[in-house]
Amino acid sequence: MSIVAASPPRENALAALIKHSRYVISENPVTGFAFALFVLIVLAAVLGPHLVPYDPLQSDTSEALKPPNLHHLFGTDQLGRDIFSRVVVATRLDFFIAVASVVLVFVMGGFAGVAAGFFGGWTDRIVGRIADTIMAFPLFVLAMGIVAALGNTVQNIVIATAIVNFPLYARIARAEANVRREAGFVEAARLSGNSDWRILAFQILPNVFPILVVQMSLTMGYAILNAAGLSFIGLGVRPPTPEWGIMVAEGAQFIVSGEWWNAFFPGAALMVAVFCFNLLGDGLRDMVDPRRRT
Amino acid sequence: MTADPALSVEDLSVQFRTRSGVVHALDNVSFSLAKGETLALVGESGSGKSVTAYAVMGILDSAGRVTGGRAMLGDLDLLSATPKQLADVRGRKIAMIFQNPRTALNPIRTVGRQIADMLIRHGGVSRRAAPAHAVEMLRAVGITDPARRAKAYPFEMSGGMCQRVMIAIALAAKPSLLIADEPTTGLDVTTQAVIMDLIGDLASDLGMATIFITHDLALAGQRSSRIVVMHAGHVVENAQTKDLFANPRHPYTAELIAATPDSAQNLDALSAIPGSLPDLRRADLPPCRYSERCPRKVAACAQPLPQAAPGASHIVACWNALPDRAQAAYPPAVSAA
Amino acid sequence: MTALLEVAEVFKLFPAGGGASPWMRLRRRLAGGPENVPKVHAVDDVSFTIEKGETVGLVGESGCGKSTLVRALTRLIDVSDGSIKLGVRELALKPSRVFARDRDRARIQMVFQDAGESVNPRFTAFTAIADPLRRLRKLRGAALQERVETVAGQCGLPLQLLSRFPHQLSGGQRARVGIARAIAVEPDLLVLDEPTAALDVSIQVVILQLLQRLKQETGMSYLFVSHDLSVVRLLCDRVLVMYLGKIVESGPAREVFEHPLHPYTQALVAAVPRLHADGSNRLRLTGEPRSPIDPDPHVCRFYGRCPRGTEACQMTMPALRYFGNRQVACHFAEEALLRRHTAP
Repeated sequence: MSIVAASPPRENALAALIKHSRYVISENPVTGFAFALFVLIVLAAVLGPHLVPYDPLQSDTSEALKPPNLHHLFGTDQLGRDIFSRVVVATRLDFFIAVASVVLVFVMGGFAGVAAGFFGGWTDRIVGRIADTIMAFPLFVLAMGIVAALGNTVQNIVIATAIVNFPLYARIARAEANVRREAGFVEAARLSGNSDWRILAFQILPNVFPILVVQMSLTMGYAILNAAGLSFIGLGVRPPTPEWGIMVAEGAQFIVSGEWWNAFFPGAALMVAVFCFNLLGDGLRDMVDPRRRT
Repeated sequence: MTADPALSVEDLSVQFRTRSGVVHALDNVSFSLAKGETLALVGESGSGKSVTAYAVMGILDSAGRVTGGRAMLGDLDLLSATPKQLADVRGRKIAMIFQNPRTALNPIRTVGRQIADMLIRHGGVSRRAAPAHAVEMLRAVGITDPARRAKAYPFEMSGGMCQRVMIAIALAAKPSLLIADEPTTGLDVTTQAVIMDLIGDLASDLGMATIFITHDLALAGQRSSRIVVMHAGHVVENAQTKDLFANPRHPYTAELIAATPDSAQNLDALSAIPGSLPDLRRADLPPCRYSERCPRKVAACAQPLPQAAPGASHIVACWNALPDRAQAAYPPAVSAA
Repeated sequence: MTALLEVAEVFKLFPAGGGASPWMRLRRRLAGGPENVPKVHAVDDVSFTIEKGETVGLVGESGCGKSTLVRALTRLIDVSDGSIKLGVRELALKPSRVFARDRDRARIQMVFQDAGESVNPRFTAFTAIADPLRRLRKLRGAALQERVETVAGQCGLPLQLLSRFPHQLSGGQRARVGIARAIAVEPDLLVLDEPTAALDVSIQVVILQLLQRLKQETGMSYLFVSHDLSVVRLLCDRVLVMYLGKIVESGPAREVFEHPLHPYTQALVAAVPRLHADGSNRLRLTGEPRSPIDPDPHVCRFYGRCPRGTEACQMTMPALRYFGNRQVACHFAEEALLRRHTAP
């Protein structure tokens, strides 16, 4: 038995994570593709506004409704604005909405659900009733109602999306926490001097996290669609702010007359983004769950 | 080997395809048991004892493949039988009971119905008569108030009772061979004793041969007349129980006995088995899979293992077996390499 | 000399059927009656002591209450009544919810049955062993590293395995991690809940010998819970036999197994498969155990399953009585003793 000093565990864990990520991506090219696409979307969100050829808000009616050409890759809309620039710039807004919603619902739903599952009793009952109440409404109608009541801002879209997804996260988190409540390692943690809150934060939550991560990437797709849907009916984002949903809404009226590019390109961007997030969810789960490491 | 055996396994080899390579789970496993005999298949985890049973029953995992050998049940080779032939013999000629009784039973069907299913399918009992027969089976396996219990679901019964139900299902069609895969692991020792008594009594009533699969050498010794010791997919020793304990010849068998708590008066007298299981995914596995951890290894161990003499009662797969205490004169000692 | 652990008249009762909802309880209270819920007597008037440096075995079938008793002793759950004294300190007074932060938390530790379950799958072996040291001994950095490595070495765990996750370790290695974690804070009493049940017989030998050696090195006391009597016989000085929440027999391990006095212990010993016996001892228990829910305090818990059963067994609960260094709770203990002394 050789006594070799173990390298500091933190370095090892990170190196192992990177190595495992590379393995997962090489194993499943689809995940690699989704990951690359995700990076592209992030880049577009961060750098987009600085790199686009035209000012997304600048209108030039002489150039209105021109089909895709060399000057305007995606064509122009009814006010002569470059659609390509608008689609790229809209990435930032839509991405922000997606990420903010998901983070908010993870924090709210995740903690509430884990507390409900771990402590049981009244915590469980109260969280359960709140979730039931939310689920009683058709989710989109509820989102509409919340935005209409609170006001037409991006923040309220985020809040509405988070509320609407709360029951799902709370339920998943609660189930996972409930299963682990009696697990041996929870008892061991108590014996080691961990208070209940520490156990919740450091033992239970890290085990619940991977399962929620998959859900989070799916929710990102839903959040964008939700924002798009709300904008489509006039709630949420207001023109002239470039946002994929509004652009589809405004462009829809022109499809009949043949100017398909108005609605097509923002719609395609929506599709690509949601597709990417869904694929990413599976890949992320493989990466984050240590049980799958060999 | 016996004439007209209940089951004769010959040179059975099984592989598993896994993500990390091909696992050579079984390599030329051979043994047979006579009608009405009780045989124990003993080994630690990874020895391949359960895989052997699953291969014989034709219920290997989808990743598993039989790559050689035969399992003769009378005239039928179970390993190359058609699904119809297998379905015909299962239940009627050969039955199996499993380790975790509660999960092996259908949770949404009453126990009476499950026994009746077996009676109708394999026992030649009519649909009308089956429920009454099922109650009788429950009585035969020692369940009190069987008429009421027949309407119960598995989750309403204790582990011991579920195991009795599983035995009832297995024996409903009066098979001539029962394979019991660790039937009492997880049960209390008092319940274990009663269940093993039950299997033994029913087996002798029906003239049924039994194969017990277990990791518990003492349990095997108590309940079976013959023991087959397995290690890493090989049969290393095959002898009558009395002979095995009085005269263990394979080094692994001797080590296994020396590691069993019951064999020693105090803790220091117990000894662990040296080394560890070889990785069965290796392409370069030596002919004797115990040789790399064996203190009695000699040059001859690089050769393929010796063939068993036909008709021998005590078979050892070893070039440097422990001295045979049954013989008058000891063979000359072979020095270790 | 004060015993290390003194357990006196401990009861643990659970509401049967999982308990009523707060609404039901409120309704009952409003209706004027007491909270008359049927209760499971998981642990029923249990008393024993553990001396410093002793290894005490606890055996009994599933449902006898040994898991509950063990969890009460290690202060993971509260007792319904009774006293648990560690040295001179009464532990039962402090609620289990807050005991995690208690100054004596480190003095009683536990090794669990399945180390795969009892180590967080997201923790490396290092983190698992370091956790009690961080929380209870406030060690950090280099001091923490050193202590973890020392303890791992004591338990025969190669240092390069410390960065692995539980599913990357073999059963024996996981067991060592569980033991290392438990002894890291140098407890006075180590409770072992079937630590070798999931292990192959060969690994079991290694772990048992390790436990023996650790005990000799540190002077800890052990409470060894197991259903495997052969192992208990080898490792334990004394053994307690539990049945349906009560201790029915106790005494030196070897003696209890060679000459069991209580009918349950006799059946237990008869049921254990022996290497060199022919199984002709067919002393078997028939029937199902009595219900642990609100049991009749006058009827012996073993009545109905016992090979004997007389009027006396139904009218008076047999008390745990002393016979030299043996204790037996049976009306016919004297007979059993007599038979033992007159047997060839």
